Amino acid sequence: MEKIFIELSYLLASILFILGLKGLSHPETAKRGMHLAEFGMLMAIIGTLLHHHIVSYTWIIAGLSIGSLVGLAMGLWVPMTAMPQRTALSHAFGAFAAALVGISEYFRHGGHLGKIEMSALGFEVMFGSLTTTGSLLAFAKLQGLVRGTPMTYKGQNVFNMTLLAATVGIFIYLIFVPGSMPLFFAMAGLAFIFGLLLVMPIGSADMPVVMSLLNSYAGLASAATGFVLDNNVLIIAGTLDGFSGFILSILMCRAMNRSITNVLFGAFGSAATAAAGTDHQGSMREVGLEDIATQLAYANKVVFVPGYGLATAQAQHAVRELADVLEKRGVTVKYGIHPVAGRMPGHMNVLLAEANVPYSSLYELEQINPEFPTTDVAVVIGANDVVNPDARDNPTSPIAGMPILEVDKSKSVVVLKRGQGKGFSGLENPLFFKPVTGMLYGDAKDTLTRLVQAVQHA
Amino acid sequence: MTADTLISALYVFALAAFLGYQVISRVPPLLHTPLMSATNAISGISLVGSIVTAGANYNRVSTILGTIAVACATTNVVGGFVITDRMLKMFKRKDVVKKD
Repeated sequence: MEKIFIELSYLLASILFILGLKGLSHPETAKRGMHLAEFGMLMAIIGTLLHHHIVSYTWIIAGLSIGSLVGLAMGLWVPMTAMPQRTALSHAFGAFAAALVGISEYFRHGGHLGKIEMSALGFEVMFGSLTTTGSLLAFAKLQGLVRGTPMTYKGQNVFNMTLLAATVGIFIYLIFVPGSMPLFFAMAGLAFIFGLLLVMPIGSADMPVVMSLLNSYAGLASAATGFVLDNNVLIIAGTLDGFSGFILSILMCRAMNRSITNVLFGAFGSAATAAAGTDHQGSMREVGLEDIATQLAYANKVVFVPGYGLATAQAQHAVRELADVLEKRGVTVKYGIHPVAGRMPGHMNVLLAEANVPYSSLYELEQINPEFPTTDVAVVIGANDVVNPDARDNPTSPIAGMPILEVDKSKSVVVLKRGQGKGFSGLENPLFFKPVTGMLYGDAKDTLTRLVQAVQHA
Repeated sequence: MTADTLISALYVFALAAFLGYQVISRVPPLLHTPLMSATNAISGISLVGSIVTAGANYNRVSTILGTIAVACATTNVVGGFVITDRMLKMFKRKDVVKKD
């Protein structure tokens, strides 16, 4: 009897998950959609607690309590600027949970696993393991615990491929000879190592793609768990997560105009250092704060272009204050958000939303690009590659073909930058040398706050 | 797992993949970050597998691994939904913002 109840709760959860994601198509329906998904999850958990295999609830309660406490702490206290790090950590947790279930199922059934089950289990453990370590390394890179520049060495791709081939080889062997426990652990161990090696050569600028991919793999590991446990809601939820990450990865790659293989195996950073030898004509023109304030105060239309620098400077509130002051003077203020600005998809959007910027002021690339010729001032805050005209004009550039925000078509450009350095990707940006551009050096939060004062007195 | 169960599981996978593609491609870039945290939370449904493992007392190792898996998956579920809700609350329309 309770088996039917459990299965029905899983069915309900599946339906509510899909409705929940459907709600994410618009900010207004999103909140309610999530409540539906949360209810579905609750039902599925309650249903599972009635499972007839369960003899003791002590460990379950222990696990649930610890998990809830940590989850609640992470959910409530992580600032929006650290969202990429938190997301990387949660990928690690999810993938680790899937890998552990796989390992424990192996312990349970050992050599008695049929070919199909062993295949699903193998997938689950491989994907789960590599995503765990890969996500942990991504977290370390994002948090600055490990350097963000790509870590490469000669023959790296060959080594990685060999390791992968060895792992898959063991996997295939295990399908036919499931009882070889040491080999199983070898496969898991190799997968853990492979995860690290996969993320090692990825530079910080490519993080949005890697984050989406890891999101996808964590989902696929859960889907594989569903195949092993013959659990439909797991298959559905895992597939939804897997596809979501996959779609986002493709979108990110398109937004950088690079193929996924190029991102994973191309070690972008090292290619850039080779190209940085190009000499740029002219010099960068530094401008004064008062001049910019006047320009902004008397402009008709101002477009802010935020980049990762906005996050590191925690300047999102300051930029909104400036926007408020300008709008009170009748200036039209818009924000141009490049799809790969920041360290994860949609990063800039949540950062600005946190600062109370209404989402109707946030514009995507295709919407805002036609408006730059009629924009009086484009203010670039901590963004570099996403406004680099080389992507459009220079076919030999490492970022050639990447869609950019064409701020150089505005009547005037102001770039807020900490200093004269080359930014996270190490590429020279000819935008900074163009006559239309003025450089405003300093900490973004500080500069913007002083601009607010100056505009009020303009 | 028999061939029959595998095939019906594949049906589910294929339909979920197709449906997932349709639903997710309609999420605007504005909401990509909540999308990632929401899908993370949802994939925490692996909790239902680990709950049984942790409570069924199959063997020592399974119980320990199962408990750790329950803790990890719960972290994702609770944390993921809390953070998604937090983010979604921040997205306001222009007229709502002006009222503050």
